[in-house]
Amino acid sequence: MGTEQGAKRAIKPALVRTRALCKQYGQHRLFSRGKFTVNALVDVDLEIPFGGVTALVGESGSGKSTLALCLGMLEKPDRGEIWFEGSEISRWGARKLAPLRSKIQMVFQDSAGALNPSFTAAEIIEEPLEIQRRETGRRLRARACELMEEVGLSPEWAKRSPLALSGGQRQRLAIARAIALRPTFLILDESVSGLDLSTQAQILNLLLNLRATHSLTYLLISHDLSLVGQIADFVAVMHQGRIVEQGPRQQVFASPQHAHTRELLGSVRILESAFRAAQAGGRS
Amino acid sequence: MRRAVHAVLLLLGASILCFLLSDLAPGSFFDEMKLNPQISPYTIAALRSAYALDQPLAIRYGRWVKSVLRGEWGYSFAYNAPVRSLLVVRARNTLLLTGFASVLAWPIALLLGIWAANRADTWGDRLTMGGTALLLSVPELVLSLCLLYLAIRTHALPVGGMVSVSFDRLDPWARTRDLAMHLIVPVTALVLSSLPILVRHVRSSMIEVLKAPFIQAARGHGIGRTRALLRYALPAAANPLISLFGLSVAGLLSGSLMVEIVTGWPGLGPLLLEASFARDLYVVVGVVLASTVFMISGSLLADVMLVIADPRVRVE
Repeated sequence: MGTEQGAKRAIKPALVRTRALCKQYGQHRLFSRGKFTVNALVDVDLEIPFGGVTALVGESGSGKSTLALCLGMLEKPDRGEIWFEGSEISRWGARKLAPLRSKIQMVFQDSAGALNPSFTAAEIIEEPLEIQRRETGRRLRARACELMEEVGLSPEWAKRSPLALSGGQRQRLAIARAIALRPTFLILDESVSGLDLSTQAQILNLLLNLRATHSLTYLLISHDLSLVGQIADFVAVMHQGRIVEQGPRQQVFASPQHAHTRELLGSVRILESAFRAAQAGGRS
Repeated sequence: MRRAVHAVLLLLGASILCFLLSDLAPGSFFDEMKLNPQISPYTIAALRSAYALDQPLAIRYGRWVKSVLRGEWGYSFAYNAPVRSLLVVRARNTLLLTGFASVLAWPIALLLGIWAANRADTWGDRLTMGGTALLLSVPELVLSLCLLYLAIRTHALPVGGMVSVSFDRLDPWARTRDLAMHLIVPVTALVLSSLPILVRHVRSSMIEVLKAPFIQAARGHGIGRTRALLRYALPAAANPLISLFGLSVAGLLSGSLMVEIVTGWPGLGPLLLEASFARDLYVVVGVVLASTVFMISGSLLADVMLVIADPRVRVE
């Protein structure tokens, strides 16, 4: 029975799928011929099913962020295919991509750097709505305030500078900006790293609630396996630009096939208790 | 307020230092007269006491401060006139030159720098960088001489001075034209010598900012390239550029000395040079002090602009 369900899940088309994705970064060397190259992505085949939380794990420099940038259409892959909602988008030009951008959004790790310091909190949320011409005039500000409330920020802070907000508040603001265009796919690039444990847990709860209300699909990029263990449905493990293992979380965690996965699993699981406590607190 | 006190203290310090250093230098304006057998030692002694050169340094300094407060800025031995009247005319000429050069150099530098940053590591960018490196390595002096050579060979431009001999007989339109023609060589020299530094700064700070996550986020929302460059990246990159702008304002009086001397522009440069050779003490002190005033106002201007432009500075 269980295997049947698993088979059905596998048949259901993925929201995002990559085929043999390659990306190389090169730099010309001074006083010598040729280039110094780094293989950031090597033949990456990744499937991200609808509606779930897919975690992309791996040590720093393993190519996670490059993959995120390619999926977020901020970098062009050198080779390979990216399928999103049934279309191959990796070769699309800027004009063709423009409407698609509202469906794929990213939340970056460095919330301070990801928010334009010369904007106010409300202006930051209004930015994508303005660029995509979703709202104008007074409706724009009203929508920004709605979104602020939705992520747990007081609309009274609309005129504050993002620099006057705490790390957790900034990340909430970044999330509000990311969901402003009602995307279907959200890439969370180390979005909760660098926050203290209780804030981390609060942001994760917010993300899980938003996923339910907005029927979002998440790609959670993290080097923190204990966090991944809490919320991911699927796990893909990256090592030196390749995906060395992917599958349902229980399967990958219970019987890791690749040596690198086993190594990663050896890391600590501190977050668990904090997360549970925050969840219990949120329910009461 | 604290700034104003700092500025006054800085001016005092600079003037005292200037006085001390020129006192340490051997000789004085009237020493050359001693070689002239027709001028009697009594006359020289009388002149020295008339200009209070026989007094101790502290008293001379005090008298000079009083004269600054009266608006005279000391007295020039060589021109036999208050220093201020000399300085005002010369400083006006210098400011005309450096002002024009800055007004030209900044927009060019911004355009080139942004353009190069936008296409970093392409051939266009490498060409720009190579060109600026080349310009950077050529001294102002050589640059001015090359331009003078070109002007003389082609007879296209007037060489030396600020206006033609017939300037007074010309109608207003022809006067403006004449002045503009005389400006071309020194202004070009100044622009070419200041451009590489400006372009490189604009480019590097733009490249830095273009990598920032908030620009990537905006690109993720589908922002156009031009809007991302001008409305997002440029304000964020403005910080170091504003400081640089303050510096270039600060250098308005002192930055063109060499070019002025070589191209014969009657600004502060030649005045300072002559005054130094002739030991016309108060003129030297006056020029140095005027430059110091510009330095202080330039950095003050930059600070004010930073507060206006950068929310991070405001928060602090």
